[in-house]
Amino acid sequence: MLYRETGDFKTSYIADQQIFAIRQDRWFFWALLAFAFLVVPFFLNSYWEKSILLPFLIYALAALGLNILTGYCGQVSLGTGGFMAVGAFTAFKLMTAFPWMDMIVVVILSGAMTAAVGMVFGLPSLRIKGFYLAVATLAAQFFLLWLFIKVPWFYNFSPTGQITAPTRTALGIPVTGARTQPWATYLFTLSLVTVFAFAAKNMIRGRFGRSWMAIRDMDIAAEIIGVNPLKTKLSAFGVSSFYIGVAGALYFSVWFGAVEASDAFTINMSFTVLFMIIIGGLGSVLGSFLGAAFMTLLPIFMKNLMVDWMGLGTALAAHVEIAVLGALIIFFLIAEPHGLARLWSLTKERLRIWPFPY
Amino acid sequence: MQKTLKAAALAGLLAAPASAELVFVGLDYRTGPFAPGGIPFADGYADYFTLLNERDGGINGVPIRFIACETAYNTERGVECYENTKGENPLVYQPLSTGITYQLIPRATEDDIPLHTMGYGRTSASYGRVFTHVFNFPGTYWDAASIMVNYAGEMEGGMENLAGKTIALVYINIAYGREPIPTLEALAEKHGFNLLLLPVDAPGQEQRATWLQIRRERPDWTFMWGWGVMNQVALREASSVRYPMDRFVGIWWAASEQDTAPVGMDAAGYKAVTFHQVGDDFPIYDDLREYVVGRGKAAGDGSHLGTVLYSRGMVAAMWAAEAARNAMEIHGTTAITPGMMRDGYQSLVVDEERLIELGLPNFTVPVAVTCENHGGPGMGMIQQWDGERWSVISDFIGADREVIDPMIQADALAFAAENGITPRDCD
Repeated sequence: MLYRETGDFKTSYIADQQIFAIRQDRWFFWALLAFAFLVVPFFLNSYWEKSILLPFLIYALAALGLNILTGYCGQVSLGTGGFMAVGAFTAFKLMTAFPWMDMIVVVILSGAMTAAVGMVFGLPSLRIKGFYLAVATLAAQFFLLWLFIKVPWFYNFSPTGQITAPTRTALGIPVTGARTQPWATYLFTLSLVTVFAFAAKNMIRGRFGRSWMAIRDMDIAAEIIGVNPLKTKLSAFGVSSFYIGVAGALYFSVWFGAVEASDAFTINMSFTVLFMIIIGGLGSVLGSFLGAAFMTLLPIFMKNLMVDWMGLGTALAAHVEIAVLGALIIFFLIAEPHGLARLWSLTKERLRIWPFPY
Repeated sequence: MQKTLKAAALAGLLAAPASAELVFVGLDYRTGPFAPGGIPFADGYADYFTLLNERDGGINGVPIRFIACETAYNTERGVECYENTKGENPLVYQPLSTGITYQLIPRATEDDIPLHTMGYGRTSASYGRVFTHVFNFPGTYWDAASIMVNYAGEMEGGMENLAGKTIALVYINIAYGREPIPTLEALAEKHGFNLLLLPVDAPGQEQRATWLQIRRERPDWTFMWGWGVMNQVALREASSVRYPMDRFVGIWWAASEQDTAPVGMDAAGYKAVTFHQVGDDFPIYDDLREYVVGRGKAAGDGSHLGTVLYSRGMVAAMWAAEAARNAMEIHGTTAITPGMMRDGYQSLVVDEERLIELGLPNFTVPVAVTCENHGGPGMGMIQQWDGERWSVISDFIGADREVIDPMIQADALAFAAENGITPRDCD
């Protein structure tokens, strides 16, 4: 009742195939996007930028990348942290070697570099599956981190292995370094995330996505009907790593400004992103965003709730937060094993027939 | 005394407006993998400010508001804490984490808030011409490395006897642990000793291979850059390979009861470099017991008083409070801003006379910060664990300034060039 498609007629194939089939969905989405682009930048302070919106957007992009590989193509990967490190270090090398380079170019080249590395580490996926592949990608995680600690060229021979982002611009506006405006970094990240999310959604709806899903559902059957496993798996690794590399580059250059490989891009990062897509929903673009929101925003919200409003001690609050977050994850996964995205689509179904059950 | 009178006169002249308060933020970690070290430090830091409030009514009559924020030693969280609290006009940040320090150096500089990374963080930040808002007195990791080498030389009967000897560095393989390597490499070249680098992956629970290598190579001295659980494990492993403990020297973050007490007698003889005295035999501890713990206002359970890391948190707070006093004096107002606090740090002088007034006689290195040198005198002492408690066994030992100062300058200038900073004039 609240949510209905009565009177929403499709008169052309294009209309029938659009991403948001229901008019209310469409309006809501465009309104949200307009709000994010046109309203938020005017009310943004650096707390909202650095602690809430940038983490959400950047983790969402990383989760989207992993979701392409794990959720759509069925290849489990634990190398996310390592691939993000590739993106971050490529961005750092490009930023320091070519100071004139526009950040948009830097970020895209970092993604491309990561895609190449990801495809190399995706080669084992042609022979091994499931848990065994997870272990192979785990090797990528450890190898890449070791590389970025071991070879000082990657961090320009700084004594500690820390990399620091100098001030660089996108379209003439500084988006990295200490002298950035919150709206600039936010809009830069938001634009990239929007473009890449649309690209992902359309890739998934197209030939690529169908072949990924065919491989995921049953690789032998897919091969028999003419899906080339080599091309399909490597393209999934490539596209996924591209997204993760872009997320890594943004994580380092726009969000943090200084990172250290052995601190930021550890196996914990790989697990965090994996949890995001499991909680958000495997094989769902919306799920990547919901999962990222759950894992990044909820802890901050709970901390502010308990420390600032309820006046609990910081240590007690931190312990309660860990426990509550764990309990919530279990609750959501029991309530809906397919993640928040599925929960949302079920809610939508119910809203359509509410208040009449039939 | 004169200073106290002056400060009192100042406070009287400029009676603070009723609502004025001085905000200090504690970036604590009472949870996470490094909580055993984070808790006593956080207690000491908070309790000193509580003491000033309870005993003196604040600093020069202006009450202190202390905000705690939990970082769990996690960089993302630390940045969140910084962004969350910087609107409250905090006078200084002391993150107690090298990772968070690196994040905050550009941000705090841009926001005009001083950063005091007491004996940690980025070593070259002591070059005040480039790092205008960062202070790391009373000593840096490079000073500590040099102090340890000087001490080893003294024990060997002269620096010339170090030639041909082997010094091993067992370090946690994160930015913090890698800090001393350039200095030790330079000193190895100068004095002709061999440097054996033994990285331990964070958090440092697994060190068997490292200590087997030490058993094989038998280095003459072993230095350690560890934090948290790594220290205990290293001490246990060292005793199990029967390494001579009195030739095993840790950095000041591997120098607390939390590290040695679990190993107990097996760690007896282990040494560490430090920049403050140990124990609670100082007048300030009587005040802390009376005004803070006695009144039930302690930040923790009060059990850490007198331990090494509690004293360290307290001394960090002491320097912050003294910098605030100094800033009030310089700017002639009690309502100081973070920018004024920076000036307070930049000309901070806490000499022995002042330490006696503060109830900390002979407690720590006398400090005199200048515009150019934010790293302090770079002196340290050696403390030793006897199986039950720590005691200081040496006088102040200086660092090899000839080697370190040019290295600090070179690294700071490289940072300036990379980030387009023009070094300021200090004359």
